[in-house]
Amino acid sequence: MSAFATNGSRRRWEDLVRVDRVHRSLYVDEEIFAAEMRLVFGHTWIYLAHESQLSEPNGFLTGHLGRRPILVTRDGEGRLHALFNRCTHRAATVCREESGRARSFQCPYHGWTFRNTGELVGVPWPDGYGPDFRREDFGLGRVPRVESYRGFVFGTLDEAAPSLTEHLGAARPLLDYWIDRAPDGDVRVRSAAHRMVYRGNWKLAYDNAGDGYHPAFSHRSLLKMAARLGETRDMAYFGRSPDQGPMYVQYLGNGHTFIDQRPNYAAAGDFWRNQRVQPGREGLERLIRDRHGADADRLLDLAVGSQINLNIFPNLLIIGNQVQVIEPLAVDRTQLTWHATAIGGVPDEVNVLRMRTQEDFPAFGEPDDQANFEEAQRGLSVPEMEWVLMNRGHGVPDRQKVDADGVVTGPVTDELHMRGYFQEWLRLMRLEDP
Amino acid sequence: MTQAEHTDTAAWSYHVDPAYYRELAAIAGEWSDAWPVADAELLAETQALLHREARLLDEARFNEWLELYTPTCLYWVPITPGGGDPEREVSHAFDDRRRLTDRVYWLRTGVAFCQIPQSRTRRLITNVEVIDEPAENRRRVRSNFHIQEFRAGQHKSYVGWYGHVLVREQQGWRIQLKQVNLIDSEHGHENLTLVF
Repeated sequence: MSAFATNGSRRRWEDLVRVDRVHRSLYVDEEIFAAEMRLVFGHTWIYLAHESQLSEPNGFLTGHLGRRPILVTRDGEGRLHALFNRCTHRAATVCREESGRARSFQCPYHGWTFRNTGELVGVPWPDGYGPDFRREDFGLGRVPRVESYRGFVFGTLDEAAPSLTEHLGAARPLLDYWIDRAPDGDVRVRSAAHRMVYRGNWKLAYDNAGDGYHPAFSHRSLLKMAARLGETRDMAYFGRSPDQGPMYVQYLGNGHTFIDQRPNYAAAGDFWRNQRVQPGREGLERLIRDRHGADADRLLDLAVGSQINLNIFPNLLIIGNQVQVIEPLAVDRTQLTWHATAIGGVPDEVNVLRMRTQEDFPAFGEPDDQANFEEAQRGLSVPEMEWVLMNRGHGVPDRQKVDADGVVTGPVTDELHMRGYFQEWLRLMRLEDP
Repeated sequence: MTQAEHTDTAAWSYHVDPAYYRELAAIAGEWSDAWPVADAELLAETQALLHREARLLDEARFNEWLELYTPTCLYWVPITPGGGDPEREVSHAFDDRRRLTDRVYWLRTGVAFCQIPQSRTRRLITNVEVIDEPAENRRRVRSNFHIQEFRAGQHKSYVGWYGHVLVREQQGWRIQLKQVNLIDSEHGHENLTLVF
């Protein structure tokens, strides 16, 4: 139990999340972290996997739901399951591979064997158990609700949570935009992943994913590098009076946040023309233009990121062409995995370029952000300085608008995304309040 | 633009085409072949180049380091162990001459916050093997490395093996390919911004 929930009741959480600031303890307190793993990661939909990672019958992946080790499987009939990777006998993980195909999993400790649906099918030397031992009582623990939205597999431990579609809410049409960039929505998440670990709280990554204020500063090295050959190209617009430009940030509800860079572009081929240069850019562009003529601009745009940041609370960030997953490791340690994606229905060269365009931000952009996250975590250790501000745009007349669905829109540098998602955080953290 | 300008591979990348990837796949597929034992002189000459490269990197003399590489070079740090398929998978680094020039430029911008303070490194290179292929005008080299890094109060170590392809140019041997194979390449890494 969190000290805040038990000692102070619901008013204490409200003291920590104010309308324009959050308390440092949300980033440094181990008890709050433990409560988040139970309440935030235990009571809303958590992204688990993409179906293309287990497209074959009997495919599996291991991962985490909060800190809980889990096993996501597709059974012989094609149904998806999410199971606790924890033997019901003496707790050892039953599967230690990252991915593969298996009809069953035998615990390496004492040999209990489970089908990929979770059922216990075998116990060595069963004569050693009494007549009241029933195998059906000892199947692997299950994530009770698992649903897929167009390939994105989510699970929740909360039987009472709304449907996945309802949870996605205003994020759903934006996710559709991202999926529908691929012909027939054929997105493939098996092109390797950048797994980046930083010494900071998981929310620093979520805060940043909807932050249009930082690029002109945190990404100066990338912008300078891109200008080496004369043109800064991608993201330069964040440095040019961004609040007066066409970009915007939104709070979508249910914790989801969004940055739209698409209004910087008009014509087919604009994404491509504005893309930072990549290995093989000119040779493969020439090849695609020679072979595909009038269709080349559309194809080349598909080699470039989606120009949106769509952040689905609490652990899924759809940025560029990557599917990023936030995995909290400890209160001050996080793994951010950037799964690269390929798409079907395009010439091979488009996917080759797509690989190269998904390499430069993890190499030259994200490390500077993560250095800033780590230095923020260091700064958060000052007990006398209690607050993290999220007040940009707050209380400024005529700066935000709220539509009929409750979606809040403002200039791209506003911190309305944080003000919004911390309300959802608060709702989940209060679930154990009396 | 004239064709002559397009041949400056620090600015243009026409040459990283399907044939380039095919050639890379052929080389990357042969690193585990059995090689004859190299004679002492060949080994010493090869080691001298590896040691010079190591010293330039450990002393952060990146512009000089860049000059060890050919115009059509590749500095490749795969994520998938063994290399995988770079046409279908992303890498930690897949740097042609232009990207490698970018990388050095980026390190020297003074605003790459992940390199402020800068990584201090020392690397040990051992188990060097070399095969001389005069008909191809090249030498292939494989070696083990252990890099110790200190930055911002943290010590980290990186272990793996290098595959180098050297080609003879007028000025001497230069690096056509450096494939850096970390033993934990596909796992989580903190601030993976040092040059291997």
